[in-house]
Amino acid sequence: MRKHWGSGVIWLLLFTMPFWMLAVGGYTELAARIVVLGLAAMALNFLLGFTGVLSFGHAAYFGLGAYGVGMTIKYLFPSTAAGVVIGVAAGTLAGAIIGALIVKLRGVYFAMVTIAFGQVFYFIAFRWNSVTGGDDGLTGWGRQPINLGFTTLDIQGNDKAFYYFVLALFTISVAVMALLLRGPFGRTLLAIRENERRARFLGIPIELHIWLSFVISCFFASLAGALFALVNNFTDPRFLRWDQSGTFVIMAVMGGMRSFWGPLMGATVYVLLQDYLSSHTENWMSFVGLVFVLVVLFFPRGIVGTARTRTVAEP
Amino acid sequence: MSLLRVEGVSRSFGSVVAVKEVTMTVQPGELRAVIGPNGAGKTTFFNMISGFFPPTKGRIFFADHEITAMPSHRRVALGIARTFQITEIFPELTVRENLRIAVEVASKHRLSLWLSRENETRIEARVAALIELGGLSAKADRQVSELTHGAQRATEIMMALALEPRLLLLDEPTAGMGDDETYHIVRLVRRLHKDQKLAIVLVEHDMRVIFNLADRITVLAEGSALAEGTPDEIAKSEAVQAAYLGKVR
Ligand SMILES: Nc1ncnc2c1ncn2[C@@H]1O[C@H](COP(=O)(O)OP(=O)(O)OP(=O)(O)O)[C@@H](O)[C@H]1O
Ligand SMILES: [Mg+2]
Repeated sequence: MRKHWGSGVIWLLLFTMPFWMLAVGGYTELAARIVVLGLAAMALNFLLGFTGVLSFGHAAYFGLGAYGVGMTIKYLFPSTAAGVVIGVAAGTLAGAIIGALIVKLRGVYFAMVTIAFGQVFYFIAFRWNSVTGGDDGLTGWGRQPINLGFTTLDIQGNDKAFYYFVLALFTISVAVMALLLRGPFGRTLLAIRENERRARFLGIPIELHIWLSFVISCFFASLAGALFALVNNFTDPRFLRWDQSGTFVIMAVMGGMRSFWGPLMGATVYVLLQDYLSSHTENWMSFVGLVFVLVVLFFPRGIVGTARTRTVAEP
Repeated sequence: MSLLRVEGVSRSFGSVVAVKEVTMTVQPGELRAVIGPNGAGKTTFFNMISGFFPPTKGRIFFADHEITAMPSHRRVALGIARTFQITEIFPELTVRENLRIAVEVASKHRLSLWLSRENETRIEARVAALIELGGLSAKADRQVSELTHGAQRATEIMMALALEPRLLLLDEPTAGMGDDETYHIVRLVRRLHKDQKLAIVLVEHDMRVIFNLADRITVLAEGSALAEGTPDEIAKSEAVQAAYLGKVR
């Protein structure tokens, strides 16, 4: 019961955020950033928290989603929907290929190789000036209004419309992840996290299931990346870099990787700290790091995980 | 026709030869004990049958399929289930959840996103039956990491049974248990063997357990099969006494 109550409060806050964000000193774009990075952290946590596999290279798929949408709108067609579809397809495809190559590796080796693959995409975006804008990022494009047939959704000029567009995709994504985790397939992932050897000798083909989890996770990470590019009307090669991957891990761990909502909390804390601190100091990252260390020391299960002890997904 | 046929398998780790040219045949419904001193290669032998790793030499057949190099999950599908010398379960889940995962995988639902009402009911009933059979009713909704060693072992055995195997491999199921717990496991194994006609291969150190349960015994020593026979034959064998029985317990 308490958990349903908790989820209800989270949804209520998310759906009303643009109406009180200003009153508490925020702005609508900040709300969109929380939701989008929250989605990225939850996507990573599908793999980390619910399959027990640490990827340190999720920025690659996040960034491919971002560049996918930006380059589509800039070079192919000025359509937000087409851009998102292409961005997500690119990120997911890359995840499927890279996942298949590394799925036999475990633990630290897996994490290291995910970093290495991630950096490949960063260097491409960084070097290929003429197409990606190189170090300056991809500029000269922006999100386009979405034609729904009966009406046009002005996500270009109307901040609130854009926020609810982002929130709609977030809601669908979260619902799908929750559904996946609650069924028999989701329980095989939990089984792998809990004890890979036992899972294997129950007859679960471990590599296949980890790969599926990886691809699902990359799918939502690239969707988050595509939305993040739309939030900023800009893509930066740093979206693809290893420290961005680290940010997702920090969000998930800080919020509580054993809980379904934890990573969203982690992302919220991270985004708010960043927003507040970066206007006061260049070294805002050190403060975020300090908060992270304190959370890990005093709340080893993360902000949300500490509040409850059970570990099964409960959206 | 034999259920399991192991033909001259060997396994080395670097220069250590853990198992040396062992041949063994297990009939359907047979209860076979594998005994031998520490380091004799018993667990390594199990690992090759269950597909933890392939043998470096020799071949293994199960119910007419060659399984020498088959991945472990496919062996499970053919009907080979195992437990481990050191209990392998899902520590943070309850007994019921542990068994539920096993039953779902066994009923080919591992890729299902949800279950129909009908399947849900069937799976719950199967889980409940396993809990009952394993004598775990009072602990069914406790997290397994909180349970006694004996209850954890019983959970693991029931998870293996949930797979509806034709051959059950038990690696020292009573190791580290008190008398009551040992008695409980022995009774369970005897019931599976007598009532369900399940073929079982059992690694054991406890002689009471072995002579109580086994149809036949295989003795391993330093990786080789030293002797094979009925409990009486093994008890009388001088070679076995010299190599093993005299030294242990
Ligand atoms: N994965 C491995 N890598 C290297 N050596 C191994 C490995 N597994 C087993 N061995 C070696 O093989 C030999 C047989 O070990 P095994 O575990 O099969 O014996 P056992 O009969 O099960 O002993 P115990 O009664 O102690 O369980 C030992 O010398 C052991 O050190
Ligand atoms: Mg052993």
